[in-house]
Amino acid sequence: MEFKNHICVQNLNVYYGKVQALKNISVEIPDKKITVIIGPSGCGKTTLLKSFNRLIDLMDNVKATGKILVDGEDILDPKAEVVDIRKKMGLLSQKPYPLPMSIYDNVAYGPRIHGTKGRKELDQIVEYRLKESSLWEEVKDRLHDPASRLSVGQQQRLCLARGLAVEPEIILGDEPTSALDPNSSQRIEQKFLELKDRYTIVVVTHILRQAKRIADYVLFLYMGELIEHGPAREIFENPKQKLTREYIQGSIS
Amino acid sequence: MRGKRAIKEKAARYLMLAITGLSGLLMFIMVFALYYRSRPILALKPLTYLLLDTVWAPSRGEFGFLPFIAGTLWVTLVAVAIAVPLCLLTSIYLSEYAGSRIREWSKPPIDLLAGIPSVVYGVWGLLVVVPLIKDQIAPLFGKFITGYCVLAGGIVLAIMVFPVIIHVSVEVMGYVPQEIREASLAVGATKWQTVKFVVLRKALPGIVAAVVLGLSRAFGETMAVLMVAGNVARLPKSMFDPAYTLPALIANNYGEMLSIPLYDSALMLASFILLVVVLIFNIISRMFLVRIERRIQ
Amino acid sequence: MDSRKIEENVFKGLMIFSSLVISAGLLWILAVIIIKGLPAMNLAMITQAPKGGFYLGKEGGILNAIVGSLLLAGGATALALFLSLPLVLYLNVYLKKGARLAVFTRFSLDVLWGVPSIVYGAFGFTLMLFFGLRASLLGGIIAVALLIFPIMCRAMDEVMQMIPQELMNASYSLGSTRWETAFKVVVRQALPGILTAILIAFGRGIGDAASVIFTAGFTDSVSFSLFRPVATLPLAIFYQLGTPFPEVQARAHASSLILTIIIITISIGARILTKRFQGYVVK
Repeated sequence: MEFKNHICVQNLNVYYGKVQALKNISVEIPDKKITVIIGPSGCGKTTLLKSFNRLIDLMDNVKATGKILVDGEDILDPKAEVVDIRKKMGLLSQKPYPLPMSIYDNVAYGPRIHGTKGRKELDQIVEYRLKESSLWEEVKDRLHDPASRLSVGQQQRLCLARGLAVEPEIILGDEPTSALDPNSSQRIEQKFLELKDRYTIVVVTHILRQAKRIADYVLFLYMGELIEHGPAREIFENPKQKLTREYIQGSIS
Repeated sequence: MRGKRAIKEKAARYLMLAITGLSGLLMFIMVFALYYRSRPILALKPLTYLLLDTVWAPSRGEFGFLPFIAGTLWVTLVAVAIAVPLCLLTSIYLSEYAGSRIREWSKPPIDLLAGIPSVVYGVWGLLVVVPLIKDQIAPLFGKFITGYCVLAGGIVLAIMVFPVIIHVSVEVMGYVPQEIREASLAVGATKWQTVKFVVLRKALPGIVAAVVLGLSRAFGETMAVLMVAGNVARLPKSMFDPAYTLPALIANNYGEMLSIPLYDSALMLASFILLVVVLIFNIISRMFLVRIERRIQ
Repeated sequence: MDSRKIEENVFKGLMIFSSLVISAGLLWILAVIIIKGLPAMNLAMITQAPKGGFYLGKEGGILNAIVGSLLLAGGATALALFLSLPLVLYLNVYLKKGARLAVFTRFSLDVLWGVPSIVYGAFGFTLMLFFGLRASLLGGIIAVALLIFPIMCRAMDEVMQMIPQELMNASYSLGSTRWETAFKVVVRQALPGILTAILIAFGRGIGDAASVIFTAGFTDSVSFSLFRPVATLPLAIFYQLGTPFPEVQARAHASSLILTIIIITISIGARILTKRFQGYVVK
């Protein structure tokens, strides 16, 4: 397999107050592939993911050093436009959090704040994105119902549609199936596999089987350090580090 | 368990249950007691007549409450109009923009503001607000007045309800899950857009509750308003007219109340009206808040 | 700059402006009370009762009101504690979480919290008529106790709700009755919180005027009797302001300063206690 890079992390350190959550991470995330970040809980997976769209900014006392280059632009640069960076990346969180508005408005939220006003145009975007995330058939007759009435699985697909509606290049998933039933989880995984031709996808998961099912490229984090990274097959079948092997065999978790 | 301990346990239990039950009923007892005391005047004239009549002359047996109701509404509305925008903006700042350190630091002054006795606010109003209106604000509008007016009451009351509204609003905005903010930011919304479209929307019932709580606090506040609003039993026509509020009416006439027939009953009716209005306000806003809390859990 | 950024900055400016206005309001109030209160402050103010002609500007102080307020607020706090402690213990130890009675009681306490003090005054007055009492220290204590009862309950309830169930279970498993668990374990664990609640309620009680106008009356002598009228600080301020003499009004300002100092001291005390309490809470 050949990898072209999309996100390039250089010497990334993240501190919460005095605690160092990520230690000197340098890695390249391949373009139009599914990259899966694995590791035991508390190892910094989510922190790494949220550094990519600077959502770590929201926490108090956070300091990040190093560089994260996306399309050659350092997003950790204080002068970088956070809003534009975030627009480039759709986010799926652990539990789906629909915005407190209708299904339609959830999908239209992003395009609207970026200046799309026309009703027709918005209708098209909403329909297209809901189809893209396989939700259209289930909701087309009740687009103006509150999004909170959807099932959790549907909500997560709605969140996907909401993220896709701002035409991102990258999709970030923070254990996006952890709140879902097996059936809904499978649909999301399936969706990722379909979308990876067009998007770079980065997913955090603690479910190894899921990682094996969808990953093209794997990052293994342990206690804030990047222990090993490489194409999925290499990591799963022939890990170089002892820690990685132990984690994959299930003796540490 | 042996005899003595078991008896003690049982006695304590029933005593505690009695206290709990009684305090749950206190609301109703108060409503009933005040209603009972205001029956003599209600027997003489219908409630609607009393509420809508504008003549207040107890010695002639005229008890028209409208000037007081209007005065209370005027002062309360002016207070809320001043307080709500300032409090909302401050709450948004504290909840969404300020760091946790500023948020923590802001708590003691807000508590202090809530703890200052209303008489002290009244003293401040007399020393600062009344002269300010008399010498600076009213002349701007071509009015030459004593300074004791609706606006003075409203300004003092506004400051008194700041802590109520800010405290509750910051709390309900804190209930909005962080992930919803992240979801909005993740599609490239600015912070203000996130606040405007998502946080405020989600917290709206709670903010309404906060404002209603502030409103009811202002509605029942007595001493500070009594000291600065002028206390003339006439319908106010502008912010610069004096106002006489229901609580001020009750507090001001304790001395004469037992010497004029029906006067005490009229004042108890005023208390009854005040209690019922405030209870309704409070029940509504508490129901909003309970529902929000339940939704969080 | 694009319009979204302009809007963001405009509102951020407004927010900071509002926060400053509110902070300035608080500072302004404190500054005025201090500046106006200091000149008339002297030892006689707090060591003497009003002498003849006090309200015309002659000698004397407000010892009657200081003593009266302390007695009244102290008595009311004790009475309210006597009622509220069993209530919150019942809510937290005897009732299950979410029991209908508990939900209803908490709700009505919240609602009672919002009832204006003048209404408590009027209600207290009705009670007094019912029991044949006249305006007196006892009457004032009853009215103020009613006023601070919900405040006290809510403050104590908040800390007791944080006590882990495991702690109570540990006590039951040693064979304690609920009553013993409540008074020996829960009360001890929540003690700093209870003290804070007492202070908050005391502060509220000492500063309230509207509830005592009807019920406690006023007197110029230092009185300790439960059945005689008693002076209170807020009313002393109010009556002194009501005179046309600048000297007396200046004393009213000094009295406000005294009252404010008492309130701030109580507020700081409550905060220190709360801080200390947080140290005990295992997270």
